[in-house]
Amino acid sequence: MRLPCPMCGARDVREFYYQGAAVMLDRPAPDADVEVWDHYLHVRENPAGDIEELWSHDAGCGAWLKVVRNTVTHEVKSAKLAAEVAR
Amino acid sequence: MAELTAKTPLDGVGPVTHGSVTMREVDLGALTSIAPFKGLGKAAGAALKEAHGIAWPAPNRATGKEGARAIWFGRDMVLLAGPRVDARMAQHAALTDQSDGWSAVELSGADVEDVLARLIPVDLSAATFKRNHTARTQVQHMNGSVTRTGAETFLILVFRSMAGTLRHDLERAMASVATRR
Repeated sequence: MRLPCPMCGARDVREFYYQGAAVMLDRPAPDADVEVWDHYLHVRENPAGDIEELWSHDAGCGAWLKVVRNTVTHEVKSAKLAAEVAR
Repeated sequence: MAELTAKTPLDGVGPVTHGSVTMREVDLGALTSIAPFKGLGKAAGAALKEAHGIAWPAPNRATGKEGARAIWFGRDMVLLAGPRVDARMAQHAALTDQSDGWSAVELSGADVEDVLARLIPVDLSAATFKRNHTARTQVQHMNGSVTRTGAETFLILVFRSMAGTLRHDLERAMASVATRR
């Protein structure tokens, strides 16, 4: 599997570290309901299909990427800098 | 007061040649990582140019020349190799002295691309990776920095603690390419 890092170009997956589902970018407000926080911390989708996830380019530029990957085919559809993803 | 003698990471290891490729340790001088503060990338670039006469490198590029080089070192980070960084740069960027943190070797010779192809998962052929192109990538299993400094010359940096492994891995690759000639 190769990930198209926006800074470095397409690189082998060995250079990256998996950082979990991209819902981590949607941090609830500090005073949000306990259930919202529970959902944010513990509940994850497990779809057979496209999933948004975070990868860090540890052995490359160091950037965190938001990657759209298909869990069935392993096709990587996009990779953007997490810092530049509008929230 | 004791007289202290600075030692390079591969101290005592002379140039090693296998076939057409030679590896030698290089002393780059001072190493400083320059990470511009948020929104101050342009100002940091201008300050680098003014203070050291070196252009701010774009991602995956290096600028300057031997003795004073600016190497792109990751997202929003550049490594200044050679001169002590001008203190005025601190207005625009976080400066971190990394002088003793990295081991640097120069690999040169006709088969240098073949040697590196055994260790580095990036296309370093002359057609795509030209002089002053640089990459943060892996050298065997070590995180490192690779820069083409000449037609048949590359500069390779890994963490200082891995100097021996770098020498070993490069030598193995050099020897196995040489035996196939």
